[in-house]
Amino acid sequence: MSQQVSAAPESKPAPPPERPATAADAEPLRPDGAFMRQVERDTGISIGACYGCKKCSNGCPVTFAMDLHPYQVVRLAQFGLVESLRASSTIWVCASCQTCLTRCPNEVDLPRLMDYLKQTVAQGQVPAAEEKTLVFHRAFLGEVAKRGRVFEGGMMARYLLKTGGAFGPEAMANAKLGLAMFKRGRLKLLPHRTRDRRWLKAVFKAKEAGS
Amino acid sequence: MRQVGYYPGCSLTSTAIDYHESIMGVAELLDIELAEVDDWNCCGATAAHSLDHAAALNLGARNLALAARGPQPVVVPCALCFNRLKTTQHELASDTSGVVAEIAALGGDYAGAHVVELNRFLTSEGIIAEARSKAVASLAGLKPVCYYGCQGQRPPKITGHPAPENPTGIDRLLSALGAEVIDWPYKTDCCGASHSLARADIVHHLVARLYQEALDRGANCIVTGCQMCQANLDLYQQEIAGQMGRAVNLPIFYFTELMGLALGHRQTERWLARHMVDPLPLARSVKTA
Ligand code: SF4
Ligand code: SF4
Repeated sequence: MSQQVSAAPESKPAPPPERPATAADAEPLRPDGAFMRQVERDTGISIGACYGCKKCSNGCPVTFAMDLHPYQVVRLAQFGLVESLRASSTIWVCASCQTCLTRCPNEVDLPRLMDYLKQTVAQGQVPAAEEKTLVFHRAFLGEVAKRGRVFEGGMMARYLLKTGGAFGPEAMANAKLGLAMFKRGRLKLLPHRTRDRRWLKAVFKAKEAGS
Repeated sequence: MRQVGYYPGCSLTSTAIDYHESIMGVAELLDIELAEVDDWNCCGATAAHSLDHAAALNLGARNLALAARGPQPVVVPCALCFNRLKTTQHELASDTSGVVAEIAALGGDYAGAHVVELNRFLTSEGIIAEARSKAVASLAGLKPVCYYGCQGQRPPKITGHPAPENPTGIDRLLSALGAEVIDWPYKTDCCGASHSLARADIVHHLVARLYQEALDRGANCIVTGCQMCQANLDLYQQEIAGQMGRAVNLPIFYFTELMGLALGHRQTERWLARHMVDPLPLARSVKTA
């Protein structure tokens, strides 16, 4: 009879290594599904369908600049940890490249979830982790709200004024680039706009023009 | 002459005027009349979908309603505009309640606009064959990698793209025109898009990877069909090369410019002269080849 390999009673698995206690040990996490249900109701994003395979994060091109990886965003949303999500840079760093959504086996619309979270920050009192990105988006929308199209000169002026960089090194680099582009006929001095602009007020009613 | 609709988007009227001019030139060579969507508005880009979903929806709805009134299909050169229009169309197919009255009054035929990305329209088998038959110069000597970026392909449920991870249209077109196209794995990777102002470091990191791979594979230029990709790859090249510690001299062509070059459009050099990384020496070496 061949010898059977059986686990010797004395080779029990080693106990897990000691880990320093964290705040989470003192206050156990209580998952709260209210936020998840609210997002699903507002947007149809199936946050609950995520099973944590991390395919989204493996393909994401900007994880090197993120404080939360995309799958962690979904996980925190499942748990209802909204404040951590609102405070994260990830929601602004996401480039909306749609790779995660394309590859997710459960079609979790992560880019849209990032948008949803950005909107709650933009409309709320918490500062954005990437303030300059928020200012850039607002400068862009300010142009659209005013003219129906975007005038790059006007947008840059808004952006630089709000980021306090009108005379800083960033502004100087941009000015140099702007001049080089102007010489090549790629910057217009006069804005262009849609002929009809009556609809703009209805679309941007809640926004103060120029903010 | 064949007539199709054309939605240029904001960039093509200013910073990407070279792209717009080359599109007009190519349309002329192929006997296509591009009818601009009357009174089109900004698609809202990343800013609108990031901060104001209702605005993004309405900006798209107005464009679609206007586009539906003109000739079809409606070709869109900017990958982001294309993506925004298609995403809005998808949303409006099931729910139009968010559209404001002023825009709903335009007729509401949102599904009537047949939106197609320009680089797919111009790389159909028929157009490739026509371009080849009209070519007066071979693009031999040009060793491009083709860079499609993200928004034209993804997500396929919205874009309808048959090969979102490996598009081949521009590769096939340029090969047919004589270029020695080089395959590479970064065709649809992200260039950082709208981060170029607020987080330039992200754009530089992503673009450096693209240069690295293109150079390692022996490419002598990069060809794109998106003006955001073109800008991010062209505008900061020497700065990024400095950070990489590697010499980079990669002209960044629009595929339409190379069509103009092969088909002998007299204004091709004028379009190319608007770039930052000078493509003229390479373009001229091709012409005399
Ligand atoms: S790919 Fe989809 S299912 Fe997998 S972790 Fe990411 S969101 Fe969850
Ligand atoms: S959409 Fe955002 S989170 Fe998803 S892969 Fe792209 S950058 Fe990453």
